[in-house]
Amino acid sequence: MAVLLDQNTRLIVQGLTGREGTFHAKQAAAYGTNVVGGVTPGKGGTTHEGWPIFNSVHDAVRETGANVSVIFVPPPFAADAIMEGTDAGIPLAVCITEGIPVVDMLRAFTFMDGKKTRLVGPNCPGIITAGKAKAGIIPGHICKEGRVGIVSKSGTLTYEAIHQLTGVGMGQTTCIGIGGDPLIGTTFIDALKLFAADPETEAVIMIGEIGGTAEQEAADFVTREFRKPVVGFIAGQTAPPGRRMGHAGAIIAGGQGTAAEKMDALAKAGVHVVKSPADMGTRMREALGR
Amino acid sequence: MKIHEYQAKSVLARFGVPVPRGEVTFSASDAAAIAERLGGNVVVVKAQIHAGGRGKGGGVRLAKSPDEAERLAKQMIGMTLVTHQTGPEGRKVGRVLIEEGLQIERELYLSILIDRAAGRPVIIASAAGGMDIEDVAATHPEKILREHVDPATGVIPFQARKLAFGMGLEAGPAGKMVKVLESIYKAFIEIDASMIEINPLILTKSGDLLALDAKVTLDDNALYRHPDLRELRDLSEEDPLEVEASKFSLNYIRLDGNIGCMVNGAGLAMATMDIIKLAGGEPANFLDVGGGANAEQIKNAFRILMADSNVKAVLINIFGGILRCDVLAAGVIAAVKELGVPVPIVIRMEGTNVEEGKRILRESGLNFTTADSMGDGADRVVALAETAVRA
Repeated sequence: MAVLLDQNTRLIVQGLTGREGTFHAKQAAAYGTNVVGGVTPGKGGTTHEGWPIFNSVHDAVRETGANVSVIFVPPPFAADAIMEGTDAGIPLAVCITEGIPVVDMLRAFTFMDGKKTRLVGPNCPGIITAGKAKAGIIPGHICKEGRVGIVSKSGTLTYEAIHQLTGVGMGQTTCIGIGGDPLIGTTFIDALKLFAADPETEAVIMIGEIGGTAEQEAADFVTREFRKPVVGFIAGQTAPPGRRMGHAGAIIAGGQGTAAEKMDALAKAGVHVVKSPADMGTRMREALGR
Repeated sequence: MKIHEYQAKSVLARFGVPVPRGEVTFSASDAAAIAERLGGNVVVVKAQIHAGGRGKGGGVRLAKSPDEAERLAKQMIGMTLVTHQTGPEGRKVGRVLIEEGLQIERELYLSILIDRAAGRPVIIASAAGGMDIEDVAATHPEKILREHVDPATGVIPFQARKLAFGMGLEAGPAGKMVKVLESIYKAFIEIDASMIEINPLILTKSGDLLALDAKVTLDDNALYRHPDLRELRDLSEEDPLEVEASKFSLNYIRLDGNIGCMVNGAGLAMATMDIIKLAGGEPANFLDVGGGANAEQIKNAFRILMADSNVKAVLINIFGGILRCDVLAAGVIAAVKELGVPVPIVIRMEGTNVEEGKRILRESGLNFTTADSMGDGADRVVALAETAVRA
């Protein structure tokens, strides 16, 4: 089970022939992911590191039966790549690219509206299902198969949570990096819905950060219908207002989007909120009574 | 990226947004001539800094003659203007905008930005213009009107009329609002703005709508396709260390504390600041060296950290995914040897090739403190910062 990725994943890499695409395609394959090919317009018909390269996502899907695409395409072309994947009917597109203009993403979301493709990201580390498959840049060797799902806006903080869970002897089901941009595809709520329906996932670590209201909306969702234990951490408790903290979406604007209001909303929803990022693993063990 | 009011107005005017006539100058001696050219009985002299609240700080003044305009410009250029948005240190005024005076009937508020929850642009309008919109939102939320824009259609005329009538405008100005909003939305999309705020948008006694003030923030990620707008960056508005860091693709933000930190990843970098504070210390900065940092970047990061004379100790917190711990360790050692870093350094590393990284640090003969976890690292660096005397 787990969510989004498993042994049935057939992964293509948009931008496979680039440096990042090549490196992470190899890493994914080494982790056991079934990488079936790549897309680089203009290089169709060639092979790269043994994988067939196609001119379009349509060709790649038709020839390989791919069901997931991971996108390592430079920012100016990434929204186009997302829309192409959507048009080809790929069920899951994972966009790692950081730095896509917001206007491009507005256009992409308008195009995707009503179509069946789920987008994870952009500006995210991707997804890993422990012991089975990965799409993105999360290092496989720190993961351990287990029962806790992770959903996070941050890359390295996700690794930290994985490491802590592994350290306290509890592994992971699936870890989903949803990304740090103002406009993203899969939200906290979407990820929580997936984890709610997954019998292997017993509990969830949710990692948010300053900016926007996605954590507050997730808190409402938890209150309404999410019944598994959640441990939450919000990064940026000491961030000054009005400054963009690395991620395009991490900014306290007009006094809104502070860590304090997010932590408060999550605590009221019954989430086990930790103040210290060092306590995510131990707090999860306590929450599960182990 | 923020731009000045006069730049924002000139950009918006290109898209058909009506703005007052005016000219900018860096030199007070031009002010009288500009006022002369503008004509009329009154001109307004406005200090150009990237912060709001200028009026209360003495940065917006009326001049009843060209001579008075020159006198006011002389006072403003070179002054340090303190507003509630600049912080106590204020901002030095380098240029002033001189504009025609207008007969104001009403002051309205208009802005456009991305509503993250809705995933589309939203226009915010209010009859309570000229005030801080956050204050209006807090005290009179009913006075704030919102209209989402479908990117597929752009602003539809009825939406503009709805907002205009909602703000109590008569039919004449409401009709003009359609054109104003269409122009602002077009500008928003075409210049890749993150926010356009017109506060106030004025209705003149003669029934015209004009943007009396304008704030435009541009999407940094889209500047690559707007070389003309990138030229508008005013480095004197930014912290010199932050400018320096940006040359090396380092994401650095200077803060008030005394513990420098160097981290990979924005979320972990924020979390590192948080845990320093929880351990009783104060972070001196936010610094994300990114996922693919090399030895050169680590050296530059150290140089920038140490240029802040408040820094008494440094915490390096790296979770190596792509960035390998052995590469990091070698980079840190090279930087410390070359730059002679004069403060204690605590290193917490985890992830890819961590054992090799720790071995390299141990065998370097340099005096690093290593930490087993984020919490341990924060405790150690806070203790060291309390006793450290910078050489």
